[in-house]
Amino acid sequence: MMTQGDSVSPHPEPIEGRGETANPPLRQAQGDGLPALAEEKPLLSASGVSKFYGSRIGCEDVSIDIWPGEVVAVVGESGSGKTTLLNCISTRLMPTTGTVAYRMRDGQIRDLYRMGEAERRFLMRTDWGFVHQNPADGLRMTVSAGANVGERLMATGARHYGNIRATAGDWLGRVEIAEDRIDDQPRAFSGGMRQRLQIARNLVTGPRLVFMDEPTGGLDVSVQARLLDLLRGLVTDLGLAVVVVTHDLAVARLLSHRMVVMKDGRVIETGLTDRVLDDPRAPYTQLLVSSILQA
Amino acid sequence: MYVAVKGGEKAIRNAHRLLADRRRGDRSVPALTLTQITCQLALAIDRVMSEGALYDRDLAALAVKQARGDMIEAIFLVRAYRTTLPRFGYSEPVDTGAMHIERRISATYKDLPGGQMLGPTFDYTHRLLDPELAGDAAVPDAERRDGEPARAMRVSDILAQDGLIEGDCDAQTEMPGDITREPMEFPMERDTRLQSLSRGDEGFLLALAYSTQRGYARSHPFAGEIRIGEVEVAVDMPELGFAVTIGRVQLTECQMINQFKGSSKAPPQFTRGYGLVFGQSERKAMAMALCDRAMRARELGEDIVAPAQDEEFVISHCDNVQASGFVEHLKLPHYVDFQAELELVRTMRAEHESRRDAGEPMPEAAE
Amino acid sequence: MTVQPTGLADYNFAYLDEPTKRMIRRAILKAIAIPGYQVPFASREMPMPYGWGTGGVQVTASIIGPDDTLKVIDQGADDTTNAVSIRAFFAKVAEVSTTTSTAEATIIQTRHRIPEETLGEGQVLVYQVPIPEPLRFLEPRETETRKMHALEDYGLMHVKLYEDIARNGHIATTYAYPVKVEGRYVMDPSPTPKFDNPKMDQSEALQLFGAGREKRIYAVPPYTSVVSLDFEDYPFEVNRFDEPCALCGAEGVYLDEVVLDDRGGRMFVCSDTDHCEKRRAAGHRGAMASEGTLA
Ligand SMILES: Nc1ncnc2c1ncn2[C@@H]1O[C@H](COP(=O)(O)OP(=O)(O)OP(=O)(O)O)[C@@H](O)[C@H]1O
Ligand SMILES: [Mg+2]
Repeated sequence: MMTQGDSVSPHPEPIEGRGETANPPLRQAQGDGLPALAEEKPLLSASGVSKFYGSRIGCEDVSIDIWPGEVVAVVGESGSGKTTLLNCISTRLMPTTGTVAYRMRDGQIRDLYRMGEAERRFLMRTDWGFVHQNPADGLRMTVSAGANVGERLMATGARHYGNIRATAGDWLGRVEIAEDRIDDQPRAFSGGMRQRLQIARNLVTGPRLVFMDEPTGGLDVSVQARLLDLLRGLVTDLGLAVVVVTHDLAVARLLSHRMVVMKDGRVIETGLTDRVLDDPRAPYTQLLVSSILQA
Repeated sequence: MYVAVKGGEKAIRNAHRLLADRRRGDRSVPALTLTQITCQLALAIDRVMSEGALYDRDLAALAVKQARGDMIEAIFLVRAYRTTLPRFGYSEPVDTGAMHIERRISATYKDLPGGQMLGPTFDYTHRLLDPELAGDAAVPDAERRDGEPARAMRVSDILAQDGLIEGDCDAQTEMPGDITREPMEFPMERDTRLQSLSRGDEGFLLALAYSTQRGYARSHPFAGEIRIGEVEVAVDMPELGFAVTIGRVQLTECQMINQFKGSSKAPPQFTRGYGLVFGQSERKAMAMALCDRAMRARELGEDIVAPAQDEEFVISHCDNVQASGFVEHLKLPHYVDFQAELELVRTMRAEHESRRDAGEPMPEAAE
Repeated sequence: MTVQPTGLADYNFAYLDEPTKRMIRRAILKAIAIPGYQVPFASREMPMPYGWGTGGVQVTASIIGPDDTLKVIDQGADDTTNAVSIRAFFAKVAEVSTTTSTAEATIIQTRHRIPEETLGEGQVLVYQVPIPEPLRFLEPRETETRKMHALEDYGLMHVKLYEDIARNGHIATTYAYPVKVEGRYVMDPSPTPKFDNPKMDQSEALQLFGAGREKRIYAVPPYTSVVSLDFEDYPFEVNRFDEPCALCGAEGVYLDEVVLDDRGGRMFVCSDTDHCEKRRAAGHRGAMASEGTLA
């Protein structure tokens, strides 16, 4: 189930070239996020998270903090536990041990696995987003694009058709889907459009934290580039915190402020993206960086 | 001038009279007796008993006759009667290991204690229509074995001795559920699931079982053992402090043995699918066993990828009394809903036409 | 029909045995206590097929007493074959008096309609329900729909209405139109036309719903709010007929379309036969009624 064949695919050239796109400075988008910064508290804080599938290790003893407005890339080879970790901290998979705390909009810190399911679902459709590698997993394929985007609004009480539709149309525009496609079903969309639709569907409620598992995974290189550009713009504009799983270091470089390198279920190195990519410390990271970026 | 149709009552009465007439048919032909049906259409009786969930050959014969040979109708008649019966209690679990065996075969062992016994089977008959049966030619008596047969241990017990097969499910400390007394809820436990399968439609389960063999949730099955025979039914008598045998029923039991490579939830071993039905119905018991095994996917940590593994799908749709009722209810009047839909379609067509006349774009986008 | 001749089998008053009736009454009480909530019950096989009113029959059989007066309608009419058959069943197994008069009945079992005459305190309306789950055609899985009800996760319901408007310009659901009961549970009113929905709101009568095949009972107690789902800018509307009843001249009632000939001749008459007859007895005449015709 977890093996989507998304092995590390060395792109001959990292997307858009290395030099051209500098990383956005850390937390640059926090003009309005300053209070959070002042509090100096992470948005999400996982500690000692392990997940065992029977005797097999999914991930082991991972502790990680996600700060408001920061983009964290989780990288590592296939099977290193990236998806497992992402699912564990996003309540999609119950960890075997460990805790995950989240700072709610009212400032309260809550243990995600002690929350009731109702509250958790509410959190997931308001304050969070989850972008699946395969858009079919994150979209309703048989309802229109407009309803796909509008669903979260309706689920949280919006009852004015005209407003819902206007908001959906606006979001389609922001992800570069023509307004006149609003009544088409995702089935009639290309892979890249589906992925953008999925992103719009997630962002419509103004979440603070978005999880993404290989968001560009199934797309071809030029489509990937466009999507990454779009994502980068949105993340910056909205001041989103993002945890993005990728095996593609170019994606990590383009999007993320910070990187987490995993191997065999464990975190072996973390640090600012530039630092990790330019000056990897762990021998495995050195190997990973050299084998991919210099290929 | 319009007069609302009346006389539903009379129409129904006459329809039922006509039904009775057609059921009897040509009066110059002797009427079938229930004994003829029980004796000569025994497998029809068995199916009605098993899917009707009531072990009574005479009532089953009556139902077959009343239903004019329509098996699902006969099953329905028996079920509707069964519900009204008072419940005295539950029997002790029957011991199929102590079955008085008439047929017993294993596809996994050439020879085994108690032996293989073909019994009264269609297997190896050549399916050539037999003109002799059109008449009443004399039929020689069957061969009989001498004396009581040795107790035939179950094949699953042989494998269990080596620890190669999972045990019988943990002896339940609680009473098993009862799908006729408690509402069904998903996910189900295996006890209630087996009950549903046992009264499930033979054709439906057969098709699903077949689908598992064709790769829709392949389970690598071996017919470990099929046995048909009579078992004693005992009821615990609290006044006496022990169980008393109150009768015998004929059962068909099938133990499928499935190779299993192991998962995060269970070690590599042979797993089992189980089938048990009233009377002689090997096809049903085998299909049931394959379906049972397929639906254990969740318990055994297998991916659920095929219809036969989908408990909610299989159990919700395997009951032919429910299914035929709901499919056939479509012939009841639906004037009211239809009227509402008629109005809607008219409105939408009018809107469509006015848009077309106004030269608006045709794909009916909302304003 | 299938009742065995005496000697072979005896039947209890109202067919069901007393423990079964008690079990069903418990389910009914629970349903009344939690308006709109679907209570699972161990539905019995009945001597009529599933889908032909077995749920309603079980509910009626459990609440009926020798002093009750029973009315049974199907499509609003007392003389449709299934209504006749069910009425005959109770006349036989419960020896209760039956009526076609809405006002005289203490229990009214119905399929697909609510009588035109306003029901009063002390009356019970028993609905036959084929598919009790309003979310069923959006989500086929019982395990999931029960969770959605528990968590009040009803966004999907509005997604469907949104799609209707996007496609047709209006909500295109004409019967089995979903309602929210007492501000909590979304409920399927059974396949009654939405024309009847307003009658459910604040009704003085007790409304009980029985689904035999699906093994669910639910209820709307007297004086309970029942609101049809809609959008602020696309409010719930009932269908209106252009002409009055051709027999009794009634307006604002639900009409059946009757085909008169093969040249497109049509007339519209009350679907509620009792209402129509009463009006004609009181001297009301429609366009097609001849003097003195009282079927
Ligand atoms: N459902 C499961 N059951 C058993 N083992 C699993 C399951 N899901 C993942 N694993 C195992 O856990 C380990 C981590 O898998 P995970 O899917 O988290 O890796 P990943 O880093 O996301 O890989 P990829 O880049 O290929 O997506 C692997 O050894 C995998 O085989
Ligand atoms: Mg992965």
